[in-house]
Amino acid sequence: MIVHEDSTTPMAVVNVMYDVGARDEDPAQTGFAHLFEHLMFGGSVNIPEYDEPLQMAGGENNAYTTNDLTNYYIELPAENLETAFWLESDRMLSLAFSEKSLEVQRKVVTEEFKEHYINKPYGDVWHKMRELAYSRHPYRWMTIGRELAHIEQAKLDDVKSFFFRHYRPINAILVVAGKVTTAQVKTLAEKWFGDIPSGERYVRNLPVEPPQQESHLLEIKGKVPLDALYKTYHIYPRIDQRYYTADLLSDILSGGGSSRLHQALVKEKKLFSNIDCYHFGSLDAGLLAIDGKLVKGVKMKDAEKAIQEELVKVQQQIIPERELQKVKNRVESMLAFEDMGLLSRANNLAFYELLGDASLMNTEFDNYEKVTAKEIQEEAQIIFSEKNSNTIHYYAGN
Amino acid sequence: MINRSQAPAIKDAVDFEILLKPYELFTLDNGIPVYVVRSEEQETVQLELVFPAGSWYETENLVASATNFLMKNGTSKHSALQVNEMAEYYGAYLNRNCYHENATYTLHCLTKHTAELLPILQEVITDPAFPEEELAIYSQNMKQKLAVNLQKCEFVANRHIDKYLFGEFHPYGRVSSMEAYDSLQTESLKAFYQRHYNYANCKIFIAGNLPANIIPLLNQYFGSTQWNGDTITLRPEIPVLPAEEKKFRIFNDESGVQGAVRVARPFPNRYHPDFPKMLVLNTIFGGYFGSRLMSNIREEKGYTYGIHSQLYNFRQVSGINISTEAGRDVCEATLAEVYKEMERLQKEEIPEEELSLVRNFMIGSILGDLDGAFQVIQRWKNLILNDLDENYFYNNIRTIKTITAAELQQLAQQYYNKEDFYELIVI
Repeated sequence: MIVHEDSTTPMAVVNVMYDVGARDEDPAQTGFAHLFEHLMFGGSVNIPEYDEPLQMAGGENNAYTTNDLTNYYIELPAENLETAFWLESDRMLSLAFSEKSLEVQRKVVTEEFKEHYINKPYGDVWHKMRELAYSRHPYRWMTIGRELAHIEQAKLDDVKSFFFRHYRPINAILVVAGKVTTAQVKTLAEKWFGDIPSGERYVRNLPVEPPQQESHLLEIKGKVPLDALYKTYHIYPRIDQRYYTADLLSDILSGGGSSRLHQALVKEKKLFSNIDCYHFGSLDAGLLAIDGKLVKGVKMKDAEKAIQEELVKVQQQIIPERELQKVKNRVESMLAFEDMGLLSRANNLAFYELLGDASLMNTEFDNYEKVTAKEIQEEAQIIFSEKNSNTIHYYAGN
Repeated sequence: MINRSQAPAIKDAVDFEILLKPYELFTLDNGIPVYVVRSEEQETVQLELVFPAGSWYETENLVASATNFLMKNGTSKHSALQVNEMAEYYGAYLNRNCYHENATYTLHCLTKHTAELLPILQEVITDPAFPEEELAIYSQNMKQKLAVNLQKCEFVANRHIDKYLFGEFHPYGRVSSMEAYDSLQTESLKAFYQRHYNYANCKIFIAGNLPANIIPLLNQYFGSTQWNGDTITLRPEIPVLPAEEKKFRIFNDESGVQGAVRVARPFPNRYHPDFPKMLVLNTIFGGYFGSRLMSNIREEKGYTYGIHSQLYNFRQVSGINISTEAGRDVCEATLAEVYKEMERLQKEEIPEEELSLVRNFMIGSILGDLDGAFQVIQRWKNLILNDLDENYFYNNIRTIKTITAAELQQLAQQYYNKEDFYELIVI
């Protein structure tokens, strides 16, 4: 448990992060961590309705699931802090496990799946890219699940066993932030969470993704108006120092209007109408992605060649000092703006604690400061090697 | 053992005293008002310049938004790349936005870099060049983006529903098109820029941890009168022209697995006494997670991932718009449930417990929204740009705290009549 006191706000945040995400799912039952997040709002063992008492206390809440973790948060007037403890502790104690709630949330998640991944142009591309890039690691499916059928077939018994495997105090991180005192939070935590059996620690033993030995290419023709190009490259786990190098590398290529890919490919060569380079911040070794839509009439191979030329530049020439300083300044500024919101501070504290230690949040910028231009060049050579690449050519068809 | 079925005592959010932290007002040498909300907690600054340069004032479609966008893409001294590089070198975000009424430029940066960034902002605001090539790239890329969006049922539905409510020639109902992008000319952009982005039209809103000499700095960069003249933009009246037909079904994608459902009607603007009341009724109906629409259509029937009702904040006339993306085969059923929920609000008084919950939720939410100087200046900006003051804000809070179930039922009877609504399904 972590307490962050901030007396300048009238609000309090209670953030519970569970160390479970889509990577912990059975390949035959994907989408479960996320479906489960929905069920956490379907009432707990002693409280039939989760949302109503919270709204009555002037609070708001939400949650999200990623491939790595599941996070629940409440923001409410600090005077009503105890309501949040009451609600969060009861659903950690046990859920109501109602058949009706499962039935409805299966439908809701099915509609969510359709809205974001089926009924959208290019909506299926990340399903396909993950399967292309990963052969063994569970990052090969998306948080929402690999297929609708997995969600449609979820049974109440599966829900129960998932809960008691992952949603135990020992797998949870509690952060309380805002106009609170540590003494007050301790008392409340003892009172409401103290008697919940801590449970057995879930031991993660995920298949390790072997280093990629050859490039992968997939060509798709879909009902989309423009050709699009997607490329990904394997990078490093979140706690590896090289993660920061890769992060800055992605900013050099595409972080704002003065970045390399935008300037060269959108503005000068006019091959793409947009192009972005980013990564997913995954805890296990993740992917660095480049994607863009081709200007009508441009050939896929010309577009790809032009990207390659930019990648070769960062591999062959050391980046100027000012450009390196620019991306570091960008990170410094981003971290400062992130720190402004109480909710985001509480969330980050939980995240860094999950990484190993909440105090890492204070030294995060140092990890970026350390990165040298030479390291960026060396990493560019490793990351952007041909055999480490996965490519999707998404063609407009009818 | 604690009794977990017993909720802890709460302080009713309606008992919270909400105070809108006052702003400081300064005036630059040329008369530009600068509204300031300071906070010492963080090392960050938000500076926003606002001009009456929204689509309301354009005489050719898309000129307002293109002007706003392209001011940043090259000045007489620096290329778009150089402008971006100078701002990004300091880790700053230089964003622009064009709305119906106003257009803005916003700088977010660390306090320590403020002084270095003001000259770039000044150039963008007072000396943009509108290069031909930048316009060509902009038009081409916006057309590509439009082509992708036109495949999305919700995008198509949003365009159509506003057109029905306000008319396709009204700024609130007018939409972008390939032809309109093709017709954009740098001459029109330059003319629009000169008419609207002058010092006499400018207001500045600034918040955060400010350098001690912020006002002299602003005077140095924005305080002169050598800046596009002093013509104050007058707001023309533009009548709305709602559609006569009320029911629409559009097939945008024959193989779509979902439909975008919209149910909407015009509503009086924020100056009308029913507006603050409707904010409460709208919240109960479809404005929060526990709303009638969410409870029934998502949490009971599972037809959708989400359904919302919103009250437009447009200046001339507002509108109520209920929107959702629902399974293709349950779109009509969703519509029927929306009307059923309206009827229920007309026939039955809202139970005291639900009303009290919504009061608390709304007050708690305002309390959370006012957390921090950036949020406070946002509230003030909305009041000031609409010629309102804190009394309006406090009056809204009073309405939330005191409106009765009987008043809300009466409001539903007046405004939730099925025959007044436009309905649309886009598959």
